[in-house]
Amino acid sequence: MKDTPLSNCERDFLLKAIEEKKRLDGRQTYDYRKIKITFGTDYGCCFVDLGKTRVMAQVSCELVAPKENRPNEGIMFFNIELSPMASPAFEQGRQSELSVKLNRQLERCLRNSKCIDTESLCVVSGEKVWQIRVDVHMLNHDGNLMDAASIAAITALCHFRRPDVAIQGDEVTVYSPEERDPIPLSIYHMPISVSFSFFQQGTYLLVDPCEREERVMDGLLMIAMNKHREICSIQSSGGIMLLKDQVMRCSKIASVKVSEITELISKALENDKKARKAGGRCGFAESIPQERITALKMDETPVEMMDVTERANDIIQKVEAPPQMVPSPVVPVPGVGQVGEGLQNTWGMEEEDEEEEEEENNDSGDKQEEKVTQMGEEKDKSRGGDVVEISDSEEEDVVILNPETPDKAPKNTGSSSHQRRAATAKKRQKK
Amino acid sequence: MFSTLKDRVGEVLLPGDEFSCETEDTISLTDRAKPDKVVCGPGLRWSGDRLMVCKSGVLRHKQPNVFWIDSQQRRYVPAKGETVIGIITTKSGDVFKVDFGGSEQASLSYLAFEGATKRNRPNVQVGDLVFAQFIVANKDMEPELACIDSSGRANGMGVFGGGGLLFKVSLGLVRRMLSPHSEVQSDLEQLFPCELVVGMNGRLWVKSSSIQQTLIIANLLQSCDTMTASQRRELFSRVKQGAL
Repeated sequence: MKDTPLSNCERDFLLKAIEEKKRLDGRQTYDYRKIKITFGTDYGCCFVDLGKTRVMAQVSCELVAPKENRPNEGIMFFNIELSPMASPAFEQGRQSELSVKLNRQLERCLRNSKCIDTESLCVVSGEKVWQIRVDVHMLNHDGNLMDAASIAAITALCHFRRPDVAIQGDEVTVYSPEERDPIPLSIYHMPISVSFSFFQQGTYLLVDPCEREERVMDGLLMIAMNKHREICSIQSSGGIMLLKDQVMRCSKIASVKVSEITELISKALENDKKARKAGGRCGFAESIPQERITALKMDETPVEMMDVTERANDIIQKVEAPPQMVPSPVVPVPGVGQVGEGLQNTWGMEEEDEEEEEEENNDSGDKQEEKVTQMGEEKDKSRGGDVVEISDSEEEDVVILNPETPDKAPKNTGSSSHQRRAATAKKRQKK
Repeated sequence: MFSTLKDRVGEVLLPGDEFSCETEDTISLTDRAKPDKVVCGPGLRWSGDRLMVCKSGVLRHKQPNVFWIDSQQRRYVPAKGETVIGIITTKSGDVFKVDFGGSEQASLSYLAFEGATKRNRPNVQVGDLVFAQFIVANKDMEPELACIDSSGRANGMGVFGGGGLLFKVSLGLVRRMLSPHSEVQSDLEQLFPCELVVGMNGRLWVKSSSIQQTLIIANLLQSCDTMTASQRRELFSRVKQGAL
């Protein structure tokens, strides 16, 4: 089946919106979508939701003969499958260009970076080694498959346990999981890829493009990094010319993002471990909520509500408000509406906000109140990567990173924050 | 059967659920069996003397005897006379191929525009949006669109101008918006002035005075798809307060 073509109107609108630094779903330029990591019942099964993009990774192992030129090392095998379930553009069976590209990138990211100790996978040198196979399936394509796949793959590898092996002389005994606890793989570091999309010949940059944005982009830069700020792989596609300082800026942004994501992964793994220890129900079957019309469930969409107004006697031309939360329409009990519950109040998040807002409220004579947000400016206040655990969720091992509060945006944004600081400075002067 | 149907109004039914005539159970020798007339709407189908459900959803009833299944469907099936928003994919000779989100593409003749003649071709490029209605739409033939009505006038149809944003919602929301005295539409009118085109294939095109407002409206409509009326009103009032 062919995918829906992109109309000229959508393309023009998207490009114009990007020029005004607006994204379709209300994110900021450097924001990731909400990442959700869940695990299946087996060790090594991991689901990653990056916004609406959904990816599943499964790790399995097998005893095979090693490669001839490397008799001491285990074998890693990666496979990415673009299921037709993910998008009408994917056809079953055919190896499309995108599939080859993703496979190659994942291999470079995980295999060449030597994140797994392959020598520990050797059982009998020259005869039997473990072959670790990672299968990544795309379940829904809403942009940025590479990042979701890399997060899923490395999380599944961290989650996986291989059977214990004992060698006595010539005898090799492989213990089943019931006889002896399976042991985890030895992983040195966790490389995570971050994708940057470029528009208008490299003038504008967006992190974590969604599917629409991917269609109109000029080129893509993928940087795979670990939390120790080591670049594992860097690849640019689309043939755009990038300046050196652009690439440096991207790598700085990537390091911030990677550390946030790595923290999220470790938290998710810990939660899962606790849940399994407690004997609690965990896994795939439990993570599918019962008696809910999940097909209709939509996550909160942050939308910037503030309008752009120009007042004749105002120095500031443009003032933007924080994203307004759209309440999630999940209905816990039939007939009961859930509006405004569990939402974070984005107004008045910082103390200085309230002061400014009080001053604002005293302005009269104008129909449109302008509420100045300090979100962008208060970057001095360090807010650690707040990870919010949704308490009413049935998934115990789910940790959700909320990127919608913009003050969690990386502190390294350059020009936009200066612009806003200047704007507030002028505002304060005016007062 | 009327009473069994009436009992189950408001319940979720699945394809394969049947309703058979009660008259089968008791045959009265004296009275003639008078079957109640039941008018089936979308999602219900007569097969023999049984009423079969063929879509999953909630059973709804309207007086006096109309029943139908309310389902949340996003996949559009073309029907004659419905107006849709399509995207021009190819221009081959005299005919444009239009993608409207169905299983195959529809054809749109270049003469099916207001004021178009063989010499005076309409100014339509590949990738443009068109608002057209189906003149042929059945499962045996390729669907055909036209941008004029039977009297030869455009009547609001044709090629779109520039600007604006196209996005997708479920078919249910589109039908609600197009129904007379639509609440969604009246709520929306109170927000910002905007230009809105509603295609029955689930596609909406909106254009407002700024990109910000256009994005707000698009996100609002996509969210209120799955909300109850009160939730939606609450949301719209919050937006109004936020914006003004």
